[in-house]
Amino acid sequence: MDILLLVSIAQSILAATWRMATPLIYTAIGEIFTERSGVINIGLEGIMLIGALSGYVVTSYTDSLFLGISSAVLSGIISGLLFSLFTVTIKANQIVVGAAFNMIGTGLTGFIYRTLYSGGSTDKLVLDTFPSIKIPLLSDIPFFGEILFQQNLMVYATVVLVPLAAFILSKTAFGLYVKAVGEHPKAADTSGINVTLIRYISTTIGATLAALGGAYLSMAHANQFVEGIATGRGFIALAVVVFGRWSPWGAMGASLLFGVFYALQLRLQAMSGNVIPYQFLQVLPYLATLIVLVSLKGRGAEPKALGKPYKA
Amino acid sequence: MPVIAIVVALLVSAVVLLVAGYDPLEAYPIMWKGAFSDQRTFSEVLLKATPLILLGAGLSLTFRCGIVNLGAEGQFYAGSVVATLIGINFANLPSYLLIPLVLLGGALSGALWAMLAGYLKVRFNASEVVTTIMLNYVAIIFTGYLVTGPMQESKVGFPQTAQIGEAAWLPRFLPPTRLHIGFLIALLVALLIYILLFKTSTGYGIRAVGINAEAARYAGINVRRNILLAMAISGGAAGLGGAIEVTGLTYRLFQMISPGYGFDAIAVSLLVNNNPIATVLSGILFGALRSGSEMMQMNLKVPSVLVSAIQGIVILSVVAFSVYRDKILKWFTER
Repeated sequence: MDILLLVSIAQSILAATWRMATPLIYTAIGEIFTERSGVINIGLEGIMLIGALSGYVVTSYTDSLFLGISSAVLSGIISGLLFSLFTVTIKANQIVVGAAFNMIGTGLTGFIYRTLYSGGSTDKLVLDTFPSIKIPLLSDIPFFGEILFQQNLMVYATVVLVPLAAFILSKTAFGLYVKAVGEHPKAADTSGINVTLIRYISTTIGATLAALGGAYLSMAHANQFVEGIATGRGFIALAVVVFGRWSPWGAMGASLLFGVFYALQLRLQAMSGNVIPYQFLQVLPYLATLIVLVSLKGRGAEPKALGKPYKA
Repeated sequence: MPVIAIVVALLVSAVVLLVAGYDPLEAYPIMWKGAFSDQRTFSEVLLKATPLILLGAGLSLTFRCGIVNLGAEGQFYAGSVVATLIGINFANLPSYLLIPLVLLGGALSGALWAMLAGYLKVRFNASEVVTTIMLNYVAIIFTGYLVTGPMQESKVGFPQTAQIGEAAWLPRFLPPTRLHIGFLIALLVALLIYILLFKTSTGYGIRAVGINAEAARYAGINVRRNILLAMAISGGAAGLGGAIEVTGLTYRLFQMISPGYGFDAIAVSLLVNNNPIATVLSGILFGALRSGSEMMQMNLKVPSVLVSAIQGIVILSVVAFSVYRDKILKWFTER
């Protein structure tokens, strides 16, 4: 095979890697805050769907990406506060509440989408998505230019998000509180930290970022909402958090690894024609998740109070 | 308590319907009629309840063992695939051999699929929350491959397999309805799982692991064995559900053979506090909800996916009430 062709294939796979990693990065970084504070949210899939739909609906009616993203953020905040209400205040089983959130996310978004868009005009269906922004000069760098400097705003934002999250968790008082509450809520409480408040904030940060991860799918990756558009990414993000050992940088690395599988899947699908049945490629990210989980020996980094409601 | 949860969920959904521009006072009576108006509609409810009972009873066993098995959907697919394979390839066998063979094959494959997640948990400490969901995707995608590839009826036709042999069809016992003996099997399985869980020492071990795995280990209970066993039985019930769906109702395999039974079953089990025998009631209830919502969709164009949301709200109400039960009871008794 032509060497130039190989290079261009590698280039397109790597460029797609970052794009495909992006929704996982948002969602996993958010879940790191949630889990570091001692709350596990397995309802990420449902919250991603809610974010994807609200961003899509508002954008399609207002033609404003900014308003779309704002409404996704708002839907994430509401989801996060509701999740906290049930898990932190009511102290219900977090796994059960998460499972319920997934059902509500699936049912509600499907219901609203079909109500608003079935039989309606089709011109509203497709959005103008986040455009890819070429960074002057840098985007002209051979090979790496297209991979790193011709992405859309939501992809670039991960460059800020990851270090910011790492900084907040390791260098600020709030980050310290989050970790204290997730490791030893009793001790944190005794030393005057408001366990309930910290868990509300952390869980809401998590849900908001998951909603943004979902909005990325309908507003930047695809140009419309599809029922169940998250296709398991909410659960893969849970694996990403574990694989990244609850650290933002680790989560970014793990997300990029999954991004490779998604990108490979897309590229091979386009290249293979019908030689390989598309299902064999479609299944790659899910198999990769299983393999990643199996290869994790001795986790250890898990917050000690994870999943346990705090009773003062 | 479950009754209050249902009422709350229907009230919340009524608000959602109102906001979306539908009239709940028009929609709910149609929903009711869609489920309970005559023998035919109610028999359809029981047909929908059949997989829900099987999957729900199975899940209750794993939930009682402290395993978050979200994989009933994939185990259902595994069962329906193998049942279809047997039903097509051994079509010449007589019914009294073929039907047990098909059901057994379905149950076994569901059990193995579930045990895979169980094995990953006990051997590699891999969270079953994630693995069972991933295995769902693998099973559903693989089914998609089968019905558009090697098992497709004809290369130009629908993405579905040929019909299974008539000898594998489950007998119907209440003509003219489509009600088949699969429903009775579901009742039996729910009863058996209940007996196993609450009347045997094996069941005691499974529950002990669920209450406190560490303490169970100190008491000499083999935690890993119990987890694998619970997963096997739960997956077996789900796989049986898949086999019964094929042999009792669809007679063939197609891409979306389950409309999400595996996830509905989570609500079925949780609503009755993971009591296997009580899943018969909650299974029928959610079957009625599904049937009724389909009627609602046909008559009023209300998208029936709303049912998933209703089930989610039911779960939230149940957990909230179970936490506040004592306070609520006290509030009532003090008055």
